Amino acid sequence: MKVASPTQLARLKDEFSRRNAGFKCTVSVCGGTGCLASGCQAVRDALVAELKTRELGDSVRLLVTGCHGFCQQGPLVLIRPGDILYCKVEPEWIPQIVADTVIGGKPIEEFLYWDSKAKSRIEKEKDIPFYTVQNKLLLGDNSRIDPTDIRDYIALGGYQALSKALHEMEPRAIIDEIAASGLRGRGGGGFPTGKKWASAVKAKGERKWVICNADEGDPGAFMDESILEGNPHLVVEGMIIGAFAVGAGSPGGGFVYVRNEYPLALARISEAIRQAREWGLLGDNILGSGFSFDIKINRGGGAFVCGESTALMASLEGKPGEPRAKYIHTVEHGYHNEPTVLNNVETWANVPGIVTHGAAKFRELGTEKSPGTKIFSLVGKVTNTGLVEIPMGMTLRELVEDVGGGVPEKKKFKAVQTGGPSGGCLPESLMDLPVDFDALTGAGSMMGSGGIIVMDQDTCMVDVARYFIRFLESESCGKCTPCREGLREMDRLLTRITDGAAEIDDLDNLEEIAHWMSGASLCALGTSAVNPVLSTLKYFRDEYMEHIADAGCPAGVCRELVRYHVIEENCTGCAACVKVCPTGAASGKLKEVHHIDTVLCIKCGECYRVCKFDAIGR
Amino acid sequence: MVEVVTDIDLRKVDQLIERSGADPEALIGMLQDIQRQWQYLPLPALKRVSERLGVPYNRVWAVATFYEAFTLEPRGRVHLMVCTGTACHVRGAQEVVRALEDELMIEAGHTTDDGELSIETAHCLGACAMGPVVMVDGIYHGHMTRTKVLDFLSEIRERREVKTQ
Repeated sequence: MKVASPTQLARLKDEFSRRNAGFKCTVSVCGGTGCLASGCQAVRDALVAELKTRELGDSVRLLVTGCHGFCQQGPLVLIRPGDILYCKVEPEWIPQIVADTVIGGKPIEEFLYWDSKAKSRIEKEKDIPFYTVQNKLLLGDNSRIDPTDIRDYIALGGYQALSKALHEMEPRAIIDEIAASGLRGRGGGGFPTGKKWASAVKAKGERKWVICNADEGDPGAFMDESILEGNPHLVVEGMIIGAFAVGAGSPGGGFVYVRNEYPLALARISEAIRQAREWGLLGDNILGSGFSFDIKINRGGGAFVCGESTALMASLEGKPGEPRAKYIHTVEHGYHNEPTVLNNVETWANVPGIVTHGAAKFRELGTEKSPGTKIFSLVGKVTNTGLVEIPMGMTLRELVEDVGGGVPEKKKFKAVQTGGPSGGCLPESLMDLPVDFDALTGAGSMMGSGGIIVMDQDTCMVDVARYFIRFLESESCGKCTPCREGLREMDRLLTRITDGAAEIDDLDNLEEIAHWMSGASLCALGTSAVNPVLSTLKYFRDEYMEHIADAGCPAGVCRELVRYHVIEENCTGCAACVKVCPTGAASGKLKEVHHIDTVLCIKCGECYRVCKFDAIGR
Repeated sequence: MVEVVTDIDLRKVDQLIERSGADPEALIGMLQDIQRQWQYLPLPALKRVSERLGVPYNRVWAVATFYEAFTLEPRGRVHLMVCTGTACHVRGAQEVVRALEDELMIEAGHTTDDGELSIETAHCLGACAMGPVVMVDGIYHGHMTRTKVLDFLSEIRERREVKTQ
């Protein structure tokens, strides 16, 4: 059916929300990538079977949703009313969950979240420390929506912002509202969205385009994936509003450039676009306004450099993703040399909320220069791995310790890496820095798209710098010399350091190369590629020095520099190391001090990992 | 080594080209469809795409070799995808890759001579909570270590042997 007017949309909202409210109970199973990996499919199957056996199909609503965020505790099952959250759910628990909670309305103590700090169970999702400090403007509806059904989105007020924009606002007023909200690009650059849109309006061209960048290339980040998987219509609605504001309606149009490696996100956004078209929210004469617009999907090939706007547009045209110099902006000369607005998934997803509630409301969260919330993927050596949405301005410490639960296994915190491969590593002393665009850039890192990687005493900062440089080296398109050759040379120098073959001058050489690369590279991949090296040199120079002067790796990561050995006074002779050693290098009788033969040792570190008595040194 | 294969069904390639409207701009999507069909990009298919779209062969080649997602080498019947994203890296993914490389005597990105197994590294599979992660046939296997991944590999080999007998 086609929704022909705002009145009809409002009627449908009432109808669908009444329908959803009519269920006695809603069981929401997280179907995000993290929970899929930990086996939510079997949990869902068990639920389907149990609800069928008990003939509860009509009174209980079973939702398989997008990401709820708390990946560490997956598979997650959330039951409403009551907001009862079950963690690490096993399929065998389902009959009891259905009997006691779904039918009986009572929580089952032993399936609830265990708060290891407070030594108690927590019943409700909103009371769990991981969730209490979050403000889920964008991700909040993930647990309430079946992402494959447009009716769920409409029931929660979806497409009302579009209706308002098309019927009650002039394009200029929309852009003013976005500008007043202070929304900045969530893809990494932090460019003011309103300003970008205003330039697109001024740019001359018969056709204009809007593009959603969903080619999330940052290794260790899955924010955009989770929005597309969990609430794809939010992005579609944002794009239609944007297109109306900048004049990208027919004969122009929209594209979603999405990574092919995100099969679920790709399927969900494709289905959302299909349904929006079917319901008349995309296509000709949207909501009876006379505005026509459609969106095409374009599958990216997984190239980090396509985060660069000019490279992405080359890729859209079916070419290798090589950037060009940006003195001509894509907002004037983008796709097919025509005016193009490119925003990231999370940026588009913020648009409907700003249109509905106004710029002032949006500014209530976040800081003066970085208003609103930001989604982060909090990963690495942290207790609560997951996806979190926090107001900007929260400190790194709050993010890592309060939300993330700190570093596990009593290890010592060393650094937090933000901004993806082009970002930097920040030490303990900067943990009180607020998380916003400007503070992170000022400290030599950046916000990037929102990856936060926590590192502990067992992470070698030189190895991490080399890891990012190697990543960027393989992702550099090779078009300009400073980036292509600079990265290769940096890799060579860093490898000398991790091999223990470096000289002290190598550090100066690294800094000099960084200087030229940041000044002379064609695009941001090259200019920001120096951040991992410069930030680790700045904050962890001692660690570089230990590699060079003492030929040692304090974290015990660099293979050429470590020598595994038994610390005799700690060894209890338990033979755990002997059992895992793949080459027979670790040997010894039970209850006698063991020994590691350095000739046979391949330095795989298994003995160190399994030893419970700190009896392996390296 | 790029293996030259000649016996692919070009009609299938034509179908995939048609599905994208034979539009040169849809080249990347087309190559993705072709790779899904054969698990890699066979050279005759690339030639066919070039002819049908009127796009110079060197440009098809440029696109096929530029993007990470494409491979010109046939993958193994069992394809081991090791995540080397940042979160997995700091938790020791490198040792998992090394263990597989040593055991199979191939480098990541390649296939064993018998065409049975291949290893590939990926930059983030999105399951950071379980890292290091290895994915086989769309199923994630988490918290990998050298010992665990080698046990897992022998399991796979045993299962394959039972199947082929």
